[in-house]
Amino acid sequence: MGILEIKGVNKRFGGLQALGNVNLSVEENTVHAIIGPNGAGKSTLLNCLVGKLIPDSGSVMFAGQSVLGRHPHEINQMGISRVFQTPEIFKDLSVFENVLIPCFAKRDGAFRMHAFETIEHERDIIEQAEAILADVNMLEKRDMIASSLSRGDKRRLEMAMCLVQEPRLLLLDEPTAGMARADTNNTIDLLKQIKAKRNITMAIIEHDMHVVFSLAERITVLAQGTPLVEDTPENIKGHPKVREAYLGEAQV
Amino acid sequence: MLGLNRKDTILMLIVIALTLGAPVLLNPFPADSAMAQFNAGYPDLMQRFVIFGILAIGFNILFGLTGYLSFGHAAFLGVGSYAAVWMFKLLSMNVVPALVLSVVVAGLFSVLIGYVSLRRSGIYFSILTLAFAQMSYNMAYSVLTPITNGETGLQVYSNDPQYLLGNGPQVTHLFGLEMRAKAVVEMGGWTFDFSVGYYLAAIMMLAAFYLSLRIFRSPFGMMLRAVKSNQNRLNYTGINSRPYTLAAFVISGMYAGLAGGLLASMDPLAGAERMQWTASGEIVLMTILGGAGTLIGPVVGAVFIKYFENIFSKINEHVLHGWFGWLPDGVEDVVTWILARFVGEGWHLTLGLLFMLVVIFLPGGLVEGGQKLARLLRRSRPDGTTPSNTPAE
Repeated sequence: MGILEIKGVNKRFGGLQALGNVNLSVEENTVHAIIGPNGAGKSTLLNCLVGKLIPDSGSVMFAGQSVLGRHPHEINQMGISRVFQTPEIFKDLSVFENVLIPCFAKRDGAFRMHAFETIEHERDIIEQAEAILADVNMLEKRDMIASSLSRGDKRRLEMAMCLVQEPRLLLLDEPTAGMARADTNNTIDLLKQIKAKRNITMAIIEHDMHVVFSLAERITVLAQGTPLVEDTPENIKGHPKVREAYLGEAQV
Repeated sequence: MLGLNRKDTILMLIVIALTLGAPVLLNPFPADSAMAQFNAGYPDLMQRFVIFGILAIGFNILFGLTGYLSFGHAAFLGVGSYAAVWMFKLLSMNVVPALVLSVVVAGLFSVLIGYVSLRRSGIYFSILTLAFAQMSYNMAYSVLTPITNGETGLQVYSNDPQYLLGNGPQVTHLFGLEMRAKAVVEMGGWTFDFSVGYYLAAIMMLAAFYLSLRIFRSPFGMMLRAVKSNQNRLNYTGINSRPYTLAAFVISGMYAGLAGGLLASMDPLAGAERMQWTASGEIVLMTILGGAGTLIGPVVGAVFIKYFENIFSKINEHVLHGWFGWLPDGVEDVVTWILARFVGEGWHLTLGLLFMLVVIFLPGGLVEGGQKLARLLRRSRPDGTTPSNTPAE
């Protein structure tokens, strides 16, 4: 049993079968990549996992509990954090406040009326937030407004916001999309560090094969809404079906 | 002090000093001088300053922090006033039960409106709140006449039950201290009015300001700012934004209720026009003019607009003729004719122009203007003290 079990998931948008009978299992403490050509249904699948979309049929179980029909904040509280394609951060808040919020969310849950407490008095939370900023080398930028960060730093900040919650599953939606080579390599290093430091399960959606083969331990290839193959990176590299799926895209 | 850091303590002390000293500070001109018409230190106007200050401080907790623009806050003001007058009719003229009930009723009313309106955001939220407020306004005029006394407005009559009145005063009072009572101090040519009503409202505003200061600095306040910044990320961070926005909505509704109760306490009368959409718009105007999202901005905006409404509007053509009498006849007529469009009844035009200038050049409101000015002065100071980057709010 994997930590995430997707069974027979279907999702239809009008006449388009976005996902057709998807079965997928993500093992605990692995980095599992989901790749596939454009329109293969990768993002739809991800959105079904975080509560943004509800599949027409099938089941999605996380650590033995169904996530279907739950709100995004409930799914996050179950232990799933998500990194977006373009970094989603609190752009008007300081870097430090950006990491404080997930710390509070982890300790206090989805809502707490802490209107008469002062942030300065929350020593534990402040320590946690400082530690994670030190981890991603951003401690000296703590008082900057998040919108003024470089794109690479925004990505790191978002990563820190997810990690400080100590999620059991980290979902990454094309974490290096639109990045320059150097930034991409930095992100790969960051993810490798994270993996080495903490026991964390990652599911990563990615176009960039360089990223996928640097990180993934298991790879699922999705094509036209259906998993084509699932195997180790070595076996995927030369797989004829995979080549066909990608070549097919190239001809379009 | 009291859970505030050094900077906030200083701000709080400044606000306390200005509020308590207002009867003197707002009367800078001798009572019989020509400039006396610019004096704002009479109880009636000062009360309006602080009461609308409370309203704007509360509105700012919703709009300034979460970015949800309510166009129906006047409804809570009106509901608060009605609740207060009913307490005067049923119990006695003591303002304490009136203020308590106005806050409670406005709170309950805002739970109802907020619960429905907050299902949408952006312009749809604004329209929903506007619709609710207009509905309340029209109902107060029509079907709810038994409660609101329709067009006449709700007021206290001598045949009202007033079960707790006994031998108590017939005018609004705080345990015997009549709201309209005042001590008049004359010093040289100056006259200062220290009124009970003003000081009650002022203390309420200071409490309201302190509360908003604490909310701004709390984790709760940070969550509200996060709602404004990126609600999507907030939800994916495990926070349910709905109860946070509802709490902010209800808190600001209760502030409006308190303001409504205080208005009725100063003058025990409540009319439906207090709930009209123009009144809601005025609250938005005050907050944006002063600086939405800043601590002191809303109060500045409220004082500014009320000053304009009461002082600027008094400068009519006759007064202008007095000022420009020294000009040659033809020129004088032209000058007064032009200026008269902007003052007196035309004060709305000046306010409108000012509002446009602020929105275009100072998106942070008058407070931002003040900060810019302070920074400019600091930079031009020759002794080279390093200007600090932390804006004083």
